[in-house]
Amino acid sequence: MTDAIAAPPRIALVGNPNSGKTALFNALTGSRQKVANYAGVTVERKEGSLTTPTGERIVVLDLPGTYSLRARSPDEEVTRDAVLGRLAGETRPDAIVCVADATNLRLVLRLVIELTQVGLPIVLALNMYDIAQRQGLDIDIDKLSAELGVPIVTTVATRRRGISDLIEQVETLTRTGQHAAAASAWSEPSAGELRGAHRRAEMILKACVKPPVRPDTWTGKLDNVLLHPVAGILILLAILFFMFQAVFTWATPVMDQISAGFALLGQGVGHVLPEGVLRSLIVNGVIAGVGSVIVFLPQIMILFFFIILLEDFGYMARAAFLMDRIMGGAGLHGRAFIPLLSSFACAIPGIMATRVIDHKRDRLTTILVAPLMTCSARIPVYTLIIGAFIPHRTVWGWVSLQGLVMFGLYGAGIVSALLVAVVIRKVFWRGASEPFIMELPAYKIPDPKNVARSVMQRGMIFLQRAGTIILSMMILIWFLSSVPGAPAGAVGPAINYSFAGMIGHALLPVLSPIGFSWQMAVALIPGMAAREVAVGALATVYSVGGGESAAGVLGPMLSQHWSIASALAFLAWYVFAPQCASTLGVVKRETNSWLWPSLMFAYMITLAYIAAFIVYHLALALGGG
Amino acid sequence: MATIPLNALLPVTDPLSAKPSGTRLVRLSEATRGLAGLVARVGAEDDGHGAIDPAELERRLLEMGFVEGAKIRLLHEGFIGRDPIAVQLDDMRIALRRREARGVWIDVSDETPA
Repeated sequence: MTDAIAAPPRIALVGNPNSGKTALFNALTGSRQKVANYAGVTVERKEGSLTTPTGERIVVLDLPGTYSLRARSPDEEVTRDAVLGRLAGETRPDAIVCVADATNLRLVLRLVIELTQVGLPIVLALNMYDIAQRQGLDIDIDKLSAELGVPIVTTVATRRRGISDLIEQVETLTRTGQHAAAASAWSEPSAGELRGAHRRAEMILKACVKPPVRPDTWTGKLDNVLLHPVAGILILLAILFFMFQAVFTWATPVMDQISAGFALLGQGVGHVLPEGVLRSLIVNGVIAGVGSVIVFLPQIMILFFFIILLEDFGYMARAAFLMDRIMGGAGLHGRAFIPLLSSFACAIPGIMATRVIDHKRDRLTTILVAPLMTCSARIPVYTLIIGAFIPHRTVWGWVSLQGLVMFGLYGAGIVSALLVAVVIRKVFWRGASEPFIMELPAYKIPDPKNVARSVMQRGMIFLQRAGTIILSMMILIWFLSSVPGAPAGAVGPAINYSFAGMIGHALLPVLSPIGFSWQMAVALIPGMAAREVAVGALATVYSVGGGESAAGVLGPMLSQHWSIASALAFLAWYVFAPQCASTLGVVKRETNSWLWPSLMFAYMITLAYIAAFIVYHLALALGGG
Repeated sequence: MATIPLNALLPVTDPLSAKPSGTRLVRLSEATRGLAGLVARVGAEDDGHGAIDPAELERRLLEMGFVEGAKIRLLHEGFIGRDPIAVQLDDMRIALRRREARGVWIDVSDETPA
């Protein structure tokens, strides 16, 4: 009936946060989804497609949740620009599906009024309609539709109710859409216009919606406990403790198996291939590199399982409320708490978790300080050096000196992260702090299917996007550490003859003021692969052999070769140094630019150098030479 | 380029004088738990730190439903410095910092203690 159009019609989902928009997107598109980034920004772009009963394909774009088209964050800018057709590389959608939480209509009605100005056909989906019915909320749909001038469909996305009605409505709109779409008459509303729109929304609400007979009392009751100044904090800490334990204890066996599996695979392939550069590339470069990417998956999936569960339940906003004052002292947003805490396990899932922070500056600050939190990969390095150099005795009668040093290293990480956050705020953002005004959504039982889908999506995103960068960095590090090989009849470890060896020797004049020997300098290059690799790298340069398991032999060996001042400087270095290519890779991915990982590398290595310098010279002065 | 206005230089706004006698207005930023009333005025007031443009803050408050006539009740206060606060605003719950709540005035005159 219509003339042949090459591109299928496109619709965009717009709605307030917590309106069940993602669930509706899942219900509409099923597994036919693509997650990518918008060109040039860090905002996630989710697109899917559906096929109508008449066989027509419609592309569905899930836009970031917003209260207004007046964009206040990069996410909301995408939403605004997408519906206005201003987004580079995107065509304007043919119709808008505005998703509303049927039990919470006030703010979304104002958004609908704003959306009607952009000149696109709109259908309003009253989602979570089952909850509205259970509460006895009486919505006069026909009247509401007439007042707003848009068709309305009631949906229950999690149970796929109303979805076929919505698709039918969307098909009608997109058929007429090509003709109906008019030029946008939207402009940024002034405060007066906002008040006017509110008044209209209020009038419509009064005329069409009778208050619920059985309003949700659970949210209030739960909040009395969960937001309680004492009980609320204790519950938050208990939840975080459990999460943290789970990330550590559930992930570790799987991670060990993944590591063992890849080691076994490497060995197997190593036996088949002849000795040489190719074998080294495949075994130590590619297989070890892929292994080093996949080994992060269990932690990422477990962490995101909890984050998505808490987010869907409605608790994340409460956690942000409880932690806002503490984090705010360092100029961070309340929502930065969970990413930073996660970074104690590993900065990679932590940095990925900063997606819960809406505002760009708050998010970047959190990303930049996250690697200062003592991640679990530092533990092998710390225990090696502490075990070898710090005497095994107790102080003040009951405190283990070794434990005290470990505690001090953790403390140094936390304090420096908070200080750096303050400095970033003062230097870069110059006092600009985002206001903290946040809806506390009604509690809802998370839908297992949506949680599972989101967790899988996080895993895939990590593998596809961060994985490729991490893998290429691993291969580069392998190349530097293995090429060129040692000449025949060479003495000393082969790494000494490689580019890493050359770089290490070249860096020696810079590193000797902080007490580093050439062996330590050379070990830093392969140690870029991951912090715990430093143990294996040191074993390699000291020709101990046996990789990480060599720690038992390596410890005593180091205590003979290093002065205590050098050892302490090495510890101080590891508190700050960006000795983790994967972290830099994931920052590149999350910020979509090399600027932020470069800045992170620069500031961390500067701090590491200064800290090691101070510690080395202090220890020398105290007789630790 | 953003100048930082000092607290002391802020215009002294006194909505009390603009209201008929008998109305009692309280700044949301100074309210305590349990206080309830109607939003009487949402103004473009400086947050005292010059961090955000007051007119922008006013619009954000409006967009989150802080609009004249809305029913409001202070539900929860944070642990440190009783900040941030959570309010019931008509049928929604909103959390905000006291700093951002400065521009919201509440009319508590009709409120009879329950």
